[in-house]
Amino acid sequence: MDVSILLIQILNSVQYGLLLFLVASGLTLIFGIMGVINLAHGSFYMLGAYAAFTLSALTGNLFIAIALGVVLAVAFGYLLEWVFFSFLYRRDHLQQVLLTYGLILIFEELRSIVVGDDVHGVAAPAALAGSIPLGTTMTYPVYNLLISAACLVVAALLFGLLRYTRLGMMIRAGASNREMVRSLGIDIEFLFRVVFALGVALAAFAGMISAPASSVYPGMGNQVLIICFVVVVIGGIGSVPGALVAALLIGFVDTFGKVFLADYAGILIYLLMAVILVWRPEGLFRESAV
Amino acid sequence: MTTNEQLRQRRRLVQALGAAGALGAIGGARLAWAQTGKVKVGFMLPYTGTYAALGRAIENGFKLYVKEQGGKLGGREIEYATVDDESEPPKAADNVNKLIKRDNVDVIVGTVHSGVQMAIVKAARDNNTLLIIPNAGVDEATGPLCAPNIFRVSFSNSQPGLAMGMVAAQKKYKTAVTITWKYAAGEQSIGGFKETFQKGGGKVVKELFVPFPTVEFQALLTEIASLKPDCVYTFFAGGGAVKFVKDYAAAGLKDRIPLLGAGFLTDGTLDAQGAAADGLLTTLHYADNLKTPRNNAFRLGYAKAYDTKADVYAVQGYDSGQLLAVGLNAVNGDLHKRPEMIKAMAAAKIDSPRGAITLSPSHNVVQDFYLRRVENGENNSIAVAAKALADPGRGCKLG
Repeated sequence: MDVSILLIQILNSVQYGLLLFLVASGLTLIFGIMGVINLAHGSFYMLGAYAAFTLSALTGNLFIAIALGVVLAVAFGYLLEWVFFSFLYRRDHLQQVLLTYGLILIFEELRSIVVGDDVHGVAAPAALAGSIPLGTTMTYPVYNLLISAACLVVAALLFGLLRYTRLGMMIRAGASNREMVRSLGIDIEFLFRVVFALGVALAAFAGMISAPASSVYPGMGNQVLIICFVVVVIGGIGSVPGALVAALLIGFVDTFGKVFLADYAGILIYLLMAVILVWRPEGLFRESAV
Repeated sequence: MTTNEQLRQRRRLVQALGAAGALGAIGGARLAWAQTGKVKVGFMLPYTGTYAALGRAIENGFKLYVKEQGGKLGGREIEYATVDDESEPPKAADNVNKLIKRDNVDVIVGTVHSGVQMAIVKAARDNNTLLIIPNAGVDEATGPLCAPNIFRVSFSNSQPGLAMGMVAAQKKYKTAVTITWKYAAGEQSIGGFKETFQKGGGKVVKELFVPFPTVEFQALLTEIASLKPDCVYTFFAGGGAVKFVKDYAAAGLKDRIPLLGAGFLTDGTLDAQGAAADGLLTTLHYADNLKTPRNNAFRLGYAKAYDTKADVYAVQGYDSGQLLAVGLNAVNGDLHKRPEMIKAMAAAKIDSPRGAITLSPSHNVVQDFYLRRVENGENNSIAVAAKALADPGRGCKLG
């Protein structure tokens, strides 16, 4: 493998890792701060991708579709927390798993009824449909670079929000001591609703922005869900920087595993998880809530 | 022993005999009825889930043929029982037993998913039930697990690969890289390609795999770019096929390294693939533009009956009906003459919408494979890639 190919593979790793981070960040927030195991998180990713497909067909512009989709996702997440998830905080994990697994089935069935079971493609905007040459035989799609850039921007915004704003402070406080925050007069129910809506919007955004680069197909959410749980566990539950590091780590292990250890590519990331859990049972970044 | 007790015993004996006789009479009547009554066909197909459309097309095709024969095959009316297999292998053994034990079907037609198919094949072998496979390509069904009562009218997983290997060798490609999901269907398809391509003088320099059913191809596309083979052979279907074809084009490989595939790569996926699929070459036993009188008549009849376009799955369902008809006609509908019926089916020459088909000694279909090019969103046949191509049927001891 010469140097240029190696560089391209590194680019592939980063790209995949950043996309994983975008989905996993919402999962780790909901899991870490609200204590809810949300199996339906992959479904939000799937719903986002299908929203990008239907809305871009309706509006004729992917960016308008994404903007619209994010607003819808926030409203949807807010409503969902209010109707279902707010009853889960005091229940045990088994009941959370039951409800969120039920939601997976419902969302898949709704998707089947409304859009059907066909595979769909979403066209990238014409201005970004080009490719830049890499090496002698390969090119790299401009749109994929945009995805990476968008992921970085979202990561920075999220970090800034949690670290430097009043809302972020309240979220962090709520994560470490729920009762104390409530006794200080902060509306913790509202706070959790916002966090949940944010998590749903992050997953849906990831689905929407990656729709042109991947494609839109039934069951796409469940596939991403499992890897995202691996990311959350490796990174440390509730830690956003942990999720970023873990996602990039998985991006590298998966990419180079496929190239160098093709026969074991399917189990490498789970092996990585096992090793890290033996070394640090709490995950890489457990101590800091953010 | 008192006489009273003897009497009672005798009465009990008579009652028992009477009951047995009555049962025997019922049984006899039922047998006699079965040979003049209806032949029961059990569809075990996916009616929900990802493959639902395929299941319906197969059933429609089968029923269309029976309807064209006036609702009778071999002089006997046909009735149907259906079970939705959901393409769920864990439920497959229970589902197939519903047809065999509960519905008492004379013949099973099924299914699409190869994992489910393995359970059906096993049940058909255990119960000696007649089985016609209308889609699933798993090589074993007409390989190590073949049986006199098991027939397949669709394809084996190796067949499209065998055909494409010949095409690639004819095009004088020297080196090839293969890429697929790491599971049976993909590996068998690659195996077929490798066999004929290497026999024709080419060399598969690397076999690449992705875990099923993940769709992260970028790392392996970079690998292909660094290997620079003369061509790439691939097996993907459904969502994976769409993403692979788009990623291959986006990586700029499409114009530099020709992409060859088993027909499933571009069947039912062309709308989603868009321009990325233009010009791709695939091999399959059917094409959208076969303009034979037989195919035209079939497509017209199908469109009239169901108000939708016929596809390769409808053809396979239709031919399942044709094959059963050959068997039933040979014995005038008498299912007791199983050996004669099987002999007639194994020797069948069927005028399929896809062209003439026969069966190999292992009861897998022998057929022409078309080389197809994607043009304007259609899979158009541009040549016959392989004439009367048979699966080697390795491990089968029939014939």
